[in-house]
Amino acid sequence: MELTRRDAAAALAAVGATGGVAVAVRRVTDGADDGRGATDATDGDEGEAPPSEATVRGSMAAVAAVLYPSEVEGVEAFVDRFLDGRLDGSAHAEGVRTAVGELDDAARSWYDAPVAALSESERDRLLREVGADVADEDPEGTLAERVRYYVVNELLLALYASPTGGELVGLENPQGHPGGTESYRRGPR
Amino acid sequence: MSAGEPDRSPVTNADVCVVGAGPAGALVADRLAADHEVVVLDAGPRFDPADRLARQERAIRPSYDRPDVWDVGGERDAHANSGERVYPLNHARVKGVGGSTLHWQGMVMRLHEDDFNSETERGVGADWPIDYADLRPYYAAAERELGVAGASDNPYAPPREEPHPMPAFEPSYSDSLFAEACEELGIDMHSVPNARNSEAYDGRSACVGYGTCQPVCPAGAKYDATVHIERAEEQGATVIDCAAVGRLEHDADRVTAAAYATPDGEEHRQTADAFVVACGGVETPRLLLLSESDRYPDGLANSSGTVGKFFMDHLFAGVGGTLDEPTRQNHVGFYTSACDQFYDEADESVGPFKLEFFNYAGPSPVEQALTGDDWGDALLDRLRDGYGTHVAMGGLVEQLPRADSYVGLDPDRTDDRGNPVPEIHWSVGDRALRTIERANEVQRSVLEALGADIEWVAGPDATGPAYHHMGTTRMSADPDAGVVDADCRTHDLDNCWIASSAVFPTSGAMNPTLTIAALALRAADDVRERLTHTL
Repeated sequence: MELTRRDAAAALAAVGATGGVAVAVRRVTDGADDGRGATDATDGDEGEAPPSEATVRGSMAAVAAVLYPSEVEGVEAFVDRFLDGRLDGSAHAEGVRTAVGELDDAARSWYDAPVAALSESERDRLLREVGADVADEDPEGTLAERVRYYVVNELLLALYASPTGGELVGLENPQGHPGGTESYRRGPR
Repeated sequence: MSAGEPDRSPVTNADVCVVGAGPAGALVADRLAADHEVVVLDAGPRFDPADRLARQERAIRPSYDRPDVWDVGGERDAHANSGERVYPLNHARVKGVGGSTLHWQGMVMRLHEDDFNSETERGVGADWPIDYADLRPYYAAAERELGVAGASDNPYAPPREEPHPMPAFEPSYSDSLFAEACEELGIDMHSVPNARNSEAYDGRSACVGYGTCQPVCPAGAKYDATVHIERAEEQGATVIDCAAVGRLEHDADRVTAAAYATPDGEEHRQTADAFVVACGGVETPRLLLLSESDRYPDGLANSSGTVGKFFMDHLFAGVGGTLDEPTRQNHVGFYTSACDQFYDEADESVGPFKLEFFNYAGPSPVEQALTGDDWGDALLDRLRDGYGTHVAMGGLVEQLPRADSYVGLDPDRTDDRGNPVPEIHWSVGDRALRTIERANEVQRSVLEALGADIEWVAGPDATGPAYHHMGTTRMSADPDAGVVDADCRTHDLDNCWIASSAVFPTSGAMNPTLTIAALALRAADDVRERLTHTL
């Protein structure tokens, strides 16, 4: 099932711009016990410096390829378009950048390569080693909780609040999507 | 005043001071603003409409609890519980311009005729000093003001004089499944009135199906009280947010000023000729109790001793399960069919109750996707397993007014302004529990006729409140038996009205906001009349 431009627009319509009240992010400054790794990576985005926009987009698309079901196509373009609206200079966008940067740090430390350069199975393992699979999302929590919030759930929210994501489950107007007042009246197809 | 902060100083020569910018206060302000200098004070902020999508995200994401959606909580909203059941007050309210209509479901039924005469007709509760006929034109006006989508297909509803302002939402697919079972059982289904636009109305769009009606409608299709606050401001009213009123200053017969504090730490006094207290069923009695004086040592307007007494809410009754076929749930966040057939069977032993057929039974796939330790194909499999075959019925049940159910002041804890916090002492009573059992019995019969595997029952042991605070400044013609008269004016103070479900002597089992709105419009007429002739 192909994710379309309309899906990305719909996902953004569901969650909108990230400014205002979405989250109250505290800048993470102490990575001593939260899984931040070494700074000997290779592309200049490592360490304390915030990752570039391209790195954030590449890492998020790489993670989405793991999180999204195999029958979904067009993931990279969908994530890119979704992030057009989410990486908007808000506190939430800063939280996404920081969490992606820390995930990349962990990848470099443990796999000697950034997230986007890992194989799909390595990305899956990285996310679980960070603890993002069992963590409850928390924008101000531990690394695992922040990765769950800003990376994993950010991407899952984008998919499953979109029409295509909803249709995967059998619900063409998922919660958060302004899909009108026709579908609730229709019977199963 | 700090740079960038709005001017929160009092308005000079105000005719009317309204305390509370929820639906009651907003409607009163709108009604009076054209001809009078009106000022509205609210303890909470003015929310930015541009933030609604972000608040919707909070409603969906698991890291936010319901009070977080509208910034409820903290020392400002501290409270105590001392009753037999914990009352989750901060889940049940929003403080700010718009009040609790910002997070409400938007169901707007009229009370039934017998609800106004419960003691006479059912042998329990207290009669209102007004009848349905007295409120009937105001109900119609309230339906126009809020914008109600409805149909005249309910044979159990009280008589009405004109169609609803908008056509009802069409029944859902799952309503059609319920209809077969109900027909078999001889149970009537009918449409349900929604304060939600089924078509463009009053400059607001039709519902676009976000599915998060409770607690936030990003489209503005669901009515909220910012509609009338904005209209009042357009007519010249002044609305001061973050202005927590801690005391109503008074002499023997009149309120003279509302003393309020602002975020900069300043204390202010808003004088006016008339005062309308519209702070809901908890903060209204709290403000009166906080305003005690040598003249009124038990609290302002409390010569009857009933301020804070008879705290009521509606209780939820429900049954849910699954079918072996698709039920198409969670496309929208409101319901489209109901059953009032059993409502007027109420008597001394079993109270009135209404039944609802859910369009949002079972888990929301989006919310489910954000929890669990799986992703990829495994997550999709889990979502598919969890979605698609759920059905559920809900219902609201009347709780009688009881002396042992009340709102008081906690002497041991203060809020961010140093004022004692409200103490909620919620007691439900056996009649309400029996009524829940009766509602469950009907609900179970429908689901069984539908062929459902019943998976959960919200019965007497698992019930909870519907977040409708009522009864704490009850209306009575007798000054010794109630706080306000039939016009919602306090018996003790000549220039003080209460516009709120706090004035309900007995609650019925219908969602209260349409009645709140009708009473507010009626009270506004009385304020206008008295400002013109006596005040």
